[in-house]
Order: sequence, then structure tokens, then C-alpha cells
Amino acid sequence: MALLEVKDLSLQFSSRTEPVVQHVSFSINKGEMLALVGESGSGKSITALSIMQLHPPQTVSYPSGSILFNGEELMGAGDAYMQMLRGRRIGMVFQEPMTALNPLHTIGRQIAEVIRQHRTRPEKEIPARVKELLEMVGLEDFKDRLHAFPHQLSGGERQRVVIAMAIANNPDLLIADEPTTALDVTLATQIIALIKDLQKRLGIAVLLITHDLNLVKRVAERVAIMQQGQLVEQGKTAEVFSHPKHSYTQHLIASVPQGKPRPVPADSEIILATENLRVWFPARKSFFGKALSYKKAVDGVSLHLKRGQALGLVGESGSGKTTFGLALARLQASEGGIFFEGEEISSKKQTDLRPLRQRIQFVFQDPFSSLNPRMNIEDIVGEGLRVHRPDLSRAQRRRKVASMLAEVGLEEAMLERYPHEFSGGQRQRIAIARALIVKPDLIVLDEPTSALDVSLQVQIVELLRTLQTKHHVAYLFISHDLRVVRALCHRIAVIREGRVIERGPAEEIFEHPRQDYTKALIAAAFAV
Amino acid sequence: MRNESGAATKTSFFSPLMQRRLASFRANRRGWWSLCLFGLLLALTLPAEFIANDKPIVLSYKGQLYFPVFTAYPETTFDGDFETETMYDDPYIIKNIQEHGWMVMPPIPYHYDSINFDIPRAPSPPTSNNLLGVDDQGRDVVARLIYGFRISVLFALTLTFFASLIGIMAGAIQGYFGGWTDLLFQRFIEIWSGLPILYLLIILSSIVKPTFWWLLGLLLLFSWMDLVGVVRAEFLRARNFDYVRAARALGVPEFTILFRHVMPNAFVAALTFLPFILNGAVTTLTSLDFLGFGLPMGDPSLGELLAQGKNNPTAPWLGITGFVILAVLLSLLIFIGEAVRDALDPRKTFQEFR
Repeated sequence: MALLEVKDLSLQFSSRTEPVVQHVSFSINKGEMLALVGESGSGKSITALSIMQLHPPQTVSYPSGSILFNGEELMGAGDAYMQMLRGRRIGMVFQEPMTALNPLHTIGRQIAEVIRQHRTRPEKEIPARVKELLEMVGLEDFKDRLHAFPHQLSGGERQRVVIAMAIANNPDLLIADEPTTALDVTLATQIIALIKDLQKRLGIAVLLITHDLNLVKRVAERVAIMQQGQLVEQGKTAEVFSHPKHSYTQHLIASVPQGKPRPVPADSEIILATENLRVWFPARKSFFGKALSYKKAVDGVSLHLKRGQALGLVGESGSGKTTFGLALARLQASEGGIFFEGEEISSKKQTDLRPLRQRIQFVFQDPFSSLNPRMNIEDIVGEGLRVHRPDLSRAQRRRKVASMLAEVGLEEAMLERYPHEFSGGQRQRIAIARALIVKPDLIVLDEPTSALDVSLQVQIVELLRTLQTKHHVAYLFISHDLRVVRALCHRIAVIREGRVIERGPAEEIFEHPRQDYTKALIAAAFAV
Repeated sequence: MRNESGAATKTSFFSPLMQRRLASFRANRRGWWSLCLFGLLLALTLPAEFIANDKPIVLSYKGQLYFPVFTAYPETTFDGDFETETMYDDPYIIKNIQEHGWMVMPPIPYHYDSINFDIPRAPSPPTSNNLLGVDDQGRDVVARLIYGFRISVLFALTLTFFASLIGIMAGAIQGYFGGWTDLLFQRFIEIWSGLPILYLLIILSSIVKPTFWWLLGLLLLFSWMDLVGVVRAEFLRARNFDYVRAARALGVPEFTILFRHVMPNAFVAALTFLPFILNGAVTTLTSLDFLGFGLPMGDPSLGELLAQGKNNPTAPWLGITGFVILAVLLSLLIFIGEAVRDALDPRKTFQEFR
């Protein structure tokens, strides 16, 4: 008999007319790992929360379905019964380790509380059990540091603590809701390996929810694919990957950025170079405001970029890559030289920079915060033209904006709409249109794909490649995702703790990485 | 829902965000009705001269039209004896006018300072003539209420307008320039807001003769600080928004960025506070009047009505009237304020659109 059996589950929010989950059925056997894969909004997390019956009853209704755990019906089970299950028979790991822990309590206390709550062990044994758990999740260093507070731990360590809490009472089922999305790539692979290891050692069944199909290829026994609230395909992982039946699954599997950037003539001029660029933030100040020590976000980076070329700046979060991009566009104060077409621009005043602004543009990571919600698309995209082409009439500007929108794959009819009416991918296209319309020579792209679903990533990468060929614009492509970088960049620089540790043509880096760090990044990205 | 708002975009003057807020405001029935009622009261009291006055709105005498509300006519115009302004309640004049024409009196035939000499004593209880009675100087309470309400609300609106103007500018300067400007300004505000306002007003109003504009100026000195904090915070926050950075990367001049991208956020934050500031202004004026340091003697005001109620416990219609009208006015403003705050709350506005 299956450990967990979800049959014909439908779920509807009271504020909407359409059910968000429609007739979903799947089951998990004892000790098995099932991966529930889908893009954002496909209803996968909502399904997981209904297994735990964590939806507030007044906001959702279940038109149909049953959830059997060990043969017992959970649908409509009483609160007391569910509380007995939660944390004891079913453990849960959430996406965001930063907020899943209470910042005011020590980690030792938080883990002990889970055990104490369910009285699975006598009080005397709890400290020993907590240490044992920390060891199991690979936090040996913390066995003697039970009094550490969450803020003293890194993101990966926190996620391990959350996992320790989830398995504290030897549950039968572990639900992991996007456990790696908030983490860096190398950490993500470690966490996934840990979950897999625990599944094998402790015989826990795991429901792994993720949007990254690639991630589960090696670890899950079976996968279930969700699209718009429906389960479109499920089966053994190997079979699904080798013979995907549903078109959406095929689409997802094919959604790996493909291809290579088109070569740039070798004699292209260098349009941008930095020399020993530094951005140091004062970390500690003396009483009189003099900086005593610095956080070296960017510490002496020298790079150059040719016309029409794409340079991938690769590193994990906190490595200083975004700060470097901002400094390059003179949006962040810095020291050292920045040369644009041979002209020193690092010491220019902001007002003198205005003509230059037209030539270096910026596309931000989060398309939801980079567009002013109060302006319509025509005004957003046309803003640069109003500054740099004051000679254009309103109608002329409108025509230019419309043709730019067409170029990035949007329609003219969208001119009057506002950002909230667009999806993430469309918003990122708008942001690209806004940058491109002033005809820049260089665009700094700060993780433009990382907030998007995989299939959208592929489209944006292709769009960027097409636009580069057409407009001969150079890209500084900042990313932690080497798959995207490989499909788009001619050259790569790996940055770590503010310093470039490895650089060279893309092919060379991918074929023969020299640094261990680079190797780890590549291994994480191409999960083999 | 999405499509509806999208379709409306093309025709409406407001951005969809604002439309959603308006809809959310209207959905709050208590706030919406409060606004309607407040609007009605304001509409009724603004033309107070036509509602409660001891002069006719219009009269015809010997074939000629006169408008005593706007112009003062000497009594000789209507064949009276004196060169002074006509007393339209004089039986001799009334008889004269009715013989040679007609006149239209306002529904309440008393000005706020006209004294009713027909009553046995003052204060006197409500009658069919004086609906809410007469105060201790023989003046009709309804007439004084209408004028008092108007002056309270007008005073509060003017004060709020200027206080917001100064407050938003001060907050914008602090938030925008930051650094030392911000630091010094903040310390100044801390000291300034530590001053005992009421004492200061009492002392100042004993030096100068308080008038409407004097009081406004004095209160303005202290009431502009309410908004500085929020506006400053909005500016500090918005400086690092991605779309502000994007505009900077486009080379949009700082001043334009300020007005196009940052200011609207600050306005929304400020708007949330306005009804409460309005409330505060009404209360301050009333308490000053109550203490006798407010508007000049004889001017109609809610605070003065309350003071009369206190001084004449045997005439409960004075105190009760003052209390009820003040309670209603303040409650209406609070209800409107709550509805505005909820409508502008981003978490609430976006909830349905998730």
C-alpha cells in the first residue's frame, strides 16, 4: 500500500472562480522520492500545503478529492489529528531558510522544541538527539554550538537546520517545497544530495517540489509534472526523461538554453575596460566617522569588453558581481579606472555623464521591481527617448516605442497597458526594450533570467542573442547559471569575493576549468 | 478582473493602480458613506450666509431688486429714518417692504451674531423659532453651529493643506539629500517637536490679537512635522528602487526622477495621513476656542459652544449640541481616514490580484 495517496484532488480559492488545482492524483510509496515539477503558478506548492491541511479553511474549498496517509483520510481531518501528524509523521522543509527559523531562539532550542512538542523522546535524551540530528544533516561543527542564533548561520547551514527539524521525529514523509531555490547553485546540489542521503539512510519517503527538472534527474525515483493546476504526466524518472509523452514535458526537457553565441570579428575595438576597479564599503567606523575596516565588495577587477561581444561574469551571491556591474555603469561609487572607448569616465561628474548614459544601459534581475507600476508601457520604454531624443514628437516617439516592442516580441496594442498586466517574461522583455531603445553600445544584464521559469529563460536568451547580432551591442552578462552563460557569452570571468579568479574564452573555461571553484560551479550547473 | 481593468485603462484618466484604490475605497461602505455625509454637511454649511442670516437673500422694493446679503443698504432706502444699515427684523421696515414688494428670508432668520430680543431670558431652551435654543448671549444656536462648523472645517482644511505642503517638501529634502542635511534636520525636528505647543500658543495669543490667519500661522509652525517622517522614509526607500536606478541609468535628470518616480510614492503615504491631520487640526482649534485663546470674541466656533455648555449646566442644549456635532465631525473624518488608509494599503490592494 502506498504511504501517501492523493486522489482526484481539486482545490479552489474562494476569491476565484476557476479551481487552481484540478483532479490531481499521485501516490508515494514508503521510502520513495517523488519529484513534483512545474513552473511557478502551476499549483505544486498549493498541492503540498493541502496534504498538510495548512490552507485556512475560509479561503479554500475542495470540490473533489481525497488524501490518504497510511490509509487514513486527511481531507477534513480535525486540527488535533493534523497537529499530531505535522512535524511527527510528516516533516516539511520550506523554500526560504531565512524566514523559516525564528531569529530570537537558538538553533538547539528550535530543534529540541519539535521533539518536545510531540513527546517522542524523554526529556533527558533530547540534547543527545539534537546533536545526533545536527550530525545527520552535516553540521558537525555545530554540535558544540547549540546556542548559535540563526543569524550566525549561512543560508545553506540554516536550510540544514530546517531539515534537521523536519526529520527530528523520524517522520514517514518529508515534504520539501523548493528547498534549494533561495540558495546558490553549489549549495543547492549539496542540499539535494543531503535529502537524497537521508531518504536512503532513514527510509523516509520524500515529496520534492521544484521548478527545476534538471535538479531531480539524478535523485528522484519518479517524477510528476504539473501544468496550470493539472498533473500532465508522471512516471519513472528515467522513462519520463527518455520518452516524455506529454508535449509540455517535452517542452520542459528541451528548455535548456542551447546554442552558442555568434562569433565576433577578432579586430573589434575594445569599447570598455576597467583597471583595478574597487568598491569598498566601510564595515567599521571610528568615532569620527573614519573607516577602520572595509568590506571589499569589488577588489581590484580589470576586465575588457569588445564591441558586440558578450562577457559572462559568473559567481555566487555576495561575490560582488552585481556591485561591479553597477560601478561600471557609474551607478555605484568606485575607485580605479573605467575606460569607455578609451575615455576615462570614472571621474566624470553625474551631469557630464548624461550623453554617456545613452551608451551604457542596465537590465535588472527582478522584472517586478524594475518597472514603475504607475507608468504605462509607452512611457516606460519611451523614457530614455524623452531624455536623449528631445527632438522627437510624441507621435514619433510612440512609433519608435512600438517598433521596439515588436522587436522584443511584444505587440503594439500593449502600449497603453501597465506593468501589472504582464507576466515576468513579458516584463523582462519590456525592460530590455527600455534599455535597447536608446541604442546603447553596452548593456549590463544583471541576472536577467534568474527570476524567470526555465522555458522563459530559453526565450530570453534567444532574444538577447538575436538582438546582439542585429545591433552589435556588447553585453556584460552577470549570472550564476552557467547553462545560460554558455549559450550566450563569448568570454567568461569567474568572480569570487570581489576578485576575478579565472577568465578566458567560454569554450576554454568549460573544457578545462583550472580553479576548483569553477569546477564546482560547472558541476552544479550541468548536474551530471 | 484583469481584463476588466485592462479595458478600463484606455478610457479612464486614472492609472489602474488608482482605479483599484478608488474601487477599494468605495467598497468600504462606512468610509464611503462618511465621505458622502461629510460632503453634504460641507455643501450645506459653505453657503452659510444663504442658510442662516438676519438679512433677506433677495428683496424687491418699489420695482427694484436688492441683495442685502452682498450689499449693505441704509434704512433710508426702504423709507426708514436712519442712515445706518437696515435692520430687517424691524416691524416698521418689514411692513414697508411688504407693502411695496416682497422679500425672501433665509430658512434660518438669524446671523451668528444677531441677538434674539424676543426671548424671556438667555440662555433659553429650544423652541419652534430657535430649533436648538438660544445661547447665553441671546444668539441662535443653529446659526452659530452652521457658521462654527464651516469655520472649523475651513480652518482645518487650510491648515492641513499648508502643513502637508511644508511637510512633504521638508521630508523630500531630507530623504533626497540624506547625509548631514538629514541628520541636522532630524535633530531640529526632535527639538522643535519637544516644545509644549499649547503653552506656546497661549503665550503667543496673549501677545497678538488672535485672528483666523494668525492662529493658522501659529499652528502651522508645529503641525508640519507630522508628515516629514513618512515622506522622508519614502524618499530614502525609493532612491534604491530598481526603476529609479533604471531611470538613472537612462540619464534621466535627477529632478525629473524625483518628480516622476519618487514623488508619487510619497504622495500616497502622505494621503494616508491627511484625514488624521485634519482631525487633529479641528481638535486643536476647538480646544483653543474652549480655553478662550482661539478665534476673536463673538466669532462662532464649536469650542466656544462647548465652553458655554460648561458655564451653563442648566442649559444642557448648549453642551449636548456642541458635543454631538463635534463627535459626528471627528468620527466622520476618522472613518474616511480609515477607508483611505485601507484603500492605499498595498498589501490589501494587491491581495485580490495575486
